[in-house]
Amino acid sequence: MYRQMVLARAVDRRMWVLNRQGKAPFVISGQGHEAIQVAAANAMRPGSDWLVPYYRDLAFCLALGQTARDFMLSVFGRAEDPNSGGRQMPSHFGSSRLRIMTKSSVVGTQICHAAGIAYAAKVRGLDEVAVTCIGEGGTSQGDWHEGLNWAGVHRLPFICIVQDNDYAISVPHRLQMGIDNVAKRAVGYGIAGVTVDGGDLLASYAAVKAAVERARGGDGATLISAKVARFTSHSSDDDQRRYRPQAELEALLRRDPIERFRGYLLDEGVMAEDVDDSVQQEATAEVDAAVTYAEAAASPLAEDTLRNVFAEESA
Amino acid sequence: MTQKTLIEGVREALMEEMERDERVWVLGEDVGRKGGVFLATEGLYDRYGEARVLDTPLAESSIIGVAIGAAMNGTIPVAEIQFADFIHPAFDQIVSEAARIRYRSNGDFGCPIVIRAPFGGGVHGGLYHSQSVEAFYAHVPGLKIVIPSTPEDTKGLLKAAIRDPDPVMFFEHKKTYRLIKGEIPEGDYVTPIGKAAVRREGTRLSVFAWGLMVHYCLQAAEEVAQEGISVEVVDIRTIAPLDKPAILASVEKTARALVVYEDNLTGGFGAEIAAIIAEEGFEMLDAPVIRVAGPDVPAMPFNKPQEEFFLPSPERIATAMRKLASY
Ligand SMILES: Cc1ncc(C[n+]2csc(CCOP(=O)(O)OP(=O)(O)O)c2C)c(N)n1
Ligand SMILES: [Mg+2]
Repeated sequence: MYRQMVLARAVDRRMWVLNRQGKAPFVISGQGHEAIQVAAANAMRPGSDWLVPYYRDLAFCLALGQTARDFMLSVFGRAEDPNSGGRQMPSHFGSSRLRIMTKSSVVGTQICHAAGIAYAAKVRGLDEVAVTCIGEGGTSQGDWHEGLNWAGVHRLPFICIVQDNDYAISVPHRLQMGIDNVAKRAVGYGIAGVTVDGGDLLASYAAVKAAVERARGGDGATLISAKVARFTSHSSDDDQRRYRPQAELEALLRRDPIERFRGYLLDEGVMAEDVDDSVQQEATAEVDAAVTYAEAAASPLAEDTLRNVFAEESA
Repeated sequence: MTQKTLIEGVREALMEEMERDERVWVLGEDVGRKGGVFLATEGLYDRYGEARVLDTPLAESSIIGVAIGAAMNGTIPVAEIQFADFIHPAFDQIVSEAARIRYRSNGDFGCPIVIRAPFGGGVHGGLYHSQSVEAFYAHVPGLKIVIPSTPEDTKGLLKAAIRDPDPVMFFEHKKTYRLIKGEIPEGDYVTPIGKAAVRREGTRLSVFAWGLMVHYCLQAAEEVAQEGISVEVVDIRTIAPLDKPAILASVEKTARALVVYEDNLTGGFGAEIAAIIAEEGFEMLDAPVIRVAGPDVPAMPFNKPQEEFFLPSPERIATAMRKLASY
């Protein structure tokens, strides 16, 4: 899990570099959100359980089996991009093979999709869990409510992880909801509500694992509120210094989930310094190779703009 | 063969498709025990049970959103929106999600769902039980849009919609449900999506319509036939994909085109048909393309005189036919 977090961070940092170099028109980050995502991926059965993601789920998708190369292909908008063939902005994940549902940019719609996936799994008698992610701002959407209501009505094998980073672009938590913790709403849907420090990898793993077991055991859905830190601006089109005080931004750095877990591994003697060095080097090498490959990869053909509107065999 | 109603076409298609393919299921408000407010799903609950004939929470966005999710996981949902007037909360799920899933994933995911909704006026439904909504969705590539006008087509097209790998919106004119009767062939058959049907052959002018308006056009054509005006009535049947060759072939034959729809005039789907004829059939025309449609007021009123004022009638259509024939 440590390796997965380190790789995600390395990929994420590199995409900002590419953005500054003018090679990546748009990037949006998951830095600071890695622990809850990697923990959740490892608590799931990849290829059998489903992720209905949102745009910060880079670490989640890498931990489920996407590669740095897959991601860099999307950053450059290449034909080979497995998420969308370069059609969508980067971080709009999707892979039928890995059971990562394709995501739009619309905040909130995914919650109903996860409920539908879970309903189908339940009716078909499949041992599958649908996990979906969203920010705390997204919980204000009607679709969030509608999806959780379904999960409660049918006791679905459904988990909604709210990655609460205190901001929706610039709008703070206090203007988003009248409660400090969105997990309190779970009781209103008749589902379990759990709060976890989303920067604590092991606590996050335990929380998601318990929710997955609840879902598999037929005991219904869970709403997890994971408090996390958003390290970067909302996206490459935003500058968070305009609305976040300097002291707050500095304090964020003390909440780095990767540093925290690294410290734990070193302190407990689980990982030696030199092992850590090689983990970092391997991640850098993987990212280098991914960028080299993706930069050289072919762009989609202009005339293919017209393809895949409908199933091609029937069109 | 016995005469059956249009709504029996809906019911038979659902019953048979659920029998044929256990992935098919139905969801919506009151579709279960009650069998739907129009009884379109009557009998399904008793036969297939709650899990496959599901009464949903009263929340249209999630009816479509859940259907989309369930379609990702190996099922074929047929979602009923109780009245087309209440489909608007689900606009985002239909337009941003269902219609784009294949495109945005570059073909990695498909979205085989059917969205059924009763639409249309003339039943004292007032502002919120009379609307036509096809124009909103006709603007959205990635959706197929079907509007049957006969019992036979209703069954055949609904079966085609359920077997289609992409999202299909299936609008049923609520006034035709019991008003329109016809034969339904025995056995399994599918009516292909994307083909218009000539309901009456004619030579002097062509009229294009769908849903209830097809029947009003046929009545008007019968009336003006007494006066020696021979009208060809083309039932559009599928708004998307639109059968352009059939439209242009009819215009080529008659050189005059009338488009009739009950939606508001401005930006209604008939405007697109008129534009296609003007753009691609200009050389064949002997007269300008004419439209008969609802007035540009927000919606259809409940009271009789105003409802009648709104809804194009056979008389109004006949008047337009005479005008066009004499041009
Ligand atoms: C329906 C909708 N409205 C607005 C936007 C623009 N938008 C994109 S992300 C975002 C903020 C989301 O905040 P939050 O849900 O807290 O997630 P975070 O980005 O903080 O992880 C907004 C307003 C959008 N994509 N979709
Ligand atoms: Mg946020």
